[in-house]
Amino acid sequence: MTEAVDYKNLKVVVFQLADKEYVIPVSQVQGIEKLIYITRVPKTPDFVKGVINLRGVVTPIIDLKNRFGLGESSLGESTRIIIITLDDMNVGVIVDSANDVLDIPLDAIEPQPEVVGGMESDFIAGVAKIDSRLLILLNLNLVLNPIKSGV
Amino acid sequence: MDTNPYFEMFIEESKEHLQACNEHLLELEKNPENIAIVNEVFRSAHTLKGMSATMGYEDIANLTHKMENILDEIRNGRLHVTVELLDVVFIAVDQLEEMVMDIASGGKGNLDVTDTVQKLHKIETGEEIPVAATTVESTVESNISQENWLSYDDYEMTVIEQSVEQDFSTYEISVKLREDCLLKAARVYMVFELLEKMGDVIKSSPSVEKLEGEDFDEIFYVALVTNEPSEDVQKKLMKVSEVTEVLVNSVTLEQLKKRNNIEGAKVEETPFSEKTEVIEGSQEVVAVKTTEKSPASKSNQVQSSKTIRVNIERLDVLMNLFEELVIDRGRLQSISEELHNSELDETVERMSRITGDLQNIILNMRMVPVETVFNRFPKMVRQLARDLNKKINLEVIGAETELDRTVIDEIGDPLVHLIRNSLDHGVESPEIRLAKGKPEEGTVVLRAYHSGNHVFIEIEDDGAGINREKVLKKAIAKGIVSNEVAQTLSDKQVAELILSSGFSTADVISDVSGRGVGLDVVKTTIESLGGFIDISSTEGKGSLFSIQLPLTLSIISVMLVELGEEIYAIPLSSIIETAIIRSSDILNAHNQKVIDFRGKVVPLVFLENVFDVPRESTDDEFHSVVLVRKGDKMAGLVVDSFIGQQEIVLKSLGAYLSSVFAISGATILGNGKVALIVDCNALIS
Repeated sequence: MTEAVDYKNLKVVVFQLADKEYVIPVSQVQGIEKLIYITRVPKTPDFVKGVINLRGVVTPIIDLKNRFGLGESSLGESTRIIIITLDDMNVGVIVDSANDVLDIPLDAIEPQPEVVGGMESDFIAGVAKIDSRLLILLNLNLVLNPIKSGV
Repeated sequence: MDTNPYFEMFIEESKEHLQACNEHLLELEKNPENIAIVNEVFRSAHTLKGMSATMGYEDIANLTHKMENILDEIRNGRLHVTVELLDVVFIAVDQLEEMVMDIASGGKGNLDVTDTVQKLHKIETGEEIPVAATTVESTVESNISQENWLSYDDYEMTVIEQSVEQDFSTYEISVKLREDCLLKAARVYMVFELLEKMGDVIKSSPSVEKLEGEDFDEIFYVALVTNEPSEDVQKKLMKVSEVTEVLVNSVTLEQLKKRNNIEGAKVEETPFSEKTEVIEGSQEVVAVKTTEKSPASKSNQVQSSKTIRVNIERLDVLMNLFEELVIDRGRLQSISEELHNSELDETVERMSRITGDLQNIILNMRMVPVETVFNRFPKMVRQLARDLNKKINLEVIGAETELDRTVIDEIGDPLVHLIRNSLDHGVESPEIRLAKGKPEEGTVVLRAYHSGNHVFIEIEDDGAGINREKVLKKAIAKGIVSNEVAQTLSDKQVAELILSSGFSTADVISDVSGRGVGLDVVKTTIESLGGFIDISSTEGKGSLFSIQLPLTLSIISVMLVELGEEIYAIPLSSIIETAIIRSSDILNAHNQKVIDFRGKVVPLVFLENVFDVPRESTDDEFHSVVLVRKGDKMAGLVVDSFIGQQEIVLKSLGAYLSSVFAISGATILGNGKVALIVDCNALIS
């Protein structure tokens, strides 16, 4: 819909992780949930926090901060789980807070700068500078690459 | 009425297949050159034949077999689709429908199809279709006049009087049903339906209510006002199956009056001439008619509303909504515990009970034990073995395994095909078996079990296995593979060739299997269910067809156990028993902790270590152990404590976590939290 009406803009959800702001396209977001009980799943990588019961559907949850190698998330009042749908797969990501929904012009998105460093740079699809904010657009396909573990 | 659990399935499936036949035949009429359509009709007919033969409805099987022959000729280009040909095929399908409907309403599905069979045979052998010579078998017996069947009240007399004036005849009819007729009410309904097409039923004895309630012996009487000749009425009624005798007696007013006089009824007082009364009388008839109709149509509704097909997606939605309800119920319970309001407590308790019942219903709605499909096989195997002059023993294992309704509905046909295939092509004749040094009696094992996120259904026979050379030769002849490719194929790939469309290795076409439609249908059906089929075969030793089906949703019984703060579920199917052991009972053998359990050395698996449960390790003197097995191997799973047994809904962990070690899935507990299901098979090595 959004694309049809306004193809020059990309509607995104803005969320906070550590001190940076990240964005993912609204079209890939199924919902934003408050923190609920997470069941740990053994023998999975550290960043897999476990699974939750999302209205009857068992949904895996990953800690995005941990995924980026930025340490454990500290869970608090503002902590949110963003449910992302990707190729029929539902995954929730833990973020420090979900801030905003924005329209960003497509031409404001630039490829990521050379020097960013850290594991997270592998997952960045581009950056956008809106006013004074630096928004990092994530490549969800890489972030949510399914894991096969435990063997 | 057949009380078999798969009876309804047969009816539903038959109707579907006949519908498909009709649709495709109509299509074929438009595109007579399209062989693909012929194939579709052929498949439906083939399945119908198999099903009806299994259920013992020989007329249907017989007719479908003839129909199939014709279709086969068309497929092979020996016959051309003509309007005349289609006419006959349509008649055949109509008759099949009639038979299926008869079975559905409690009949035996018998119908005189000789005529159609002859026509089909003539087309097959290339003869012209003769002018239809209908052979209506009439077992009309002499009309024995019987007096005093019915007596009429004034209104009814009026009606008869009026109908005589309008040149309608009044008949008193006696209908006799077969002594062993099971659904008398249904027969009555059919009789009444026929009668009401011909005229008006003004009286019946016993009353309609009693007939409806099957509260009568074999004979009942009705009075009919109609303008049809009595022979027609009689012939029409005789067409209702299980009706053995119909006597139609024409009655005149004089007779009736006389009769009524004898009985002391005051017919003379009836004011025939008053018009108002006549109108009232006819109104009465309308009323009688409607009251007769409504119980009759009610019986029809009872018949047809026994099963209702609901889209599985709706059940999914229902299920998920219900789970949310359960979560809120949990919250409500804790709130009411805090508030200590007795009225609230009561209401919450009632609600808990109701939701509990609701839960059972919803869960069970989707799940069906595979037994409902398996049940039909022993009879089929016995019959087939006799037809084929083979000695075959069918072993059914794991019939209680529950499967999603979607899967159950679809899996029947493929399994029929596979079993027929095993019987026909797999197991050898007793002489050959003896010559090969095998026991005379062949064994076919039908097995179902849960494993991980899948349900497996296996069909194993100890027959001849798949003959590589024979399969390759056939595949090359049919143009399925080229000569060059054929030599490079592995044995397994060769085995899979038999699943290709248009493949058949049987030298002689039998009505058991072997037209090359069966196995490729099997493959397509299973793949459409998201599963796959695997064949392993050793020549001379036998073959194993293994069907793997996804476990999208299924209910299993589990034992809930506690590990630290976490709750895990262990499927009851793999648990032998539970025990509490002392630390001193634990022995060490080859770096492995074991216990002596009833004289057997059983290795221990400490689940807290396997699952890295985060907590301080405790040194209890007693350990709770769940003894599980995989095949003949055993292991003892050490847990903190047992919570209890519960029925749970198996859910996948989602595509993101596709294979987690020793976890086969997850479930949502009553409190809304997710618990993981332990895959015991992975823990026993």
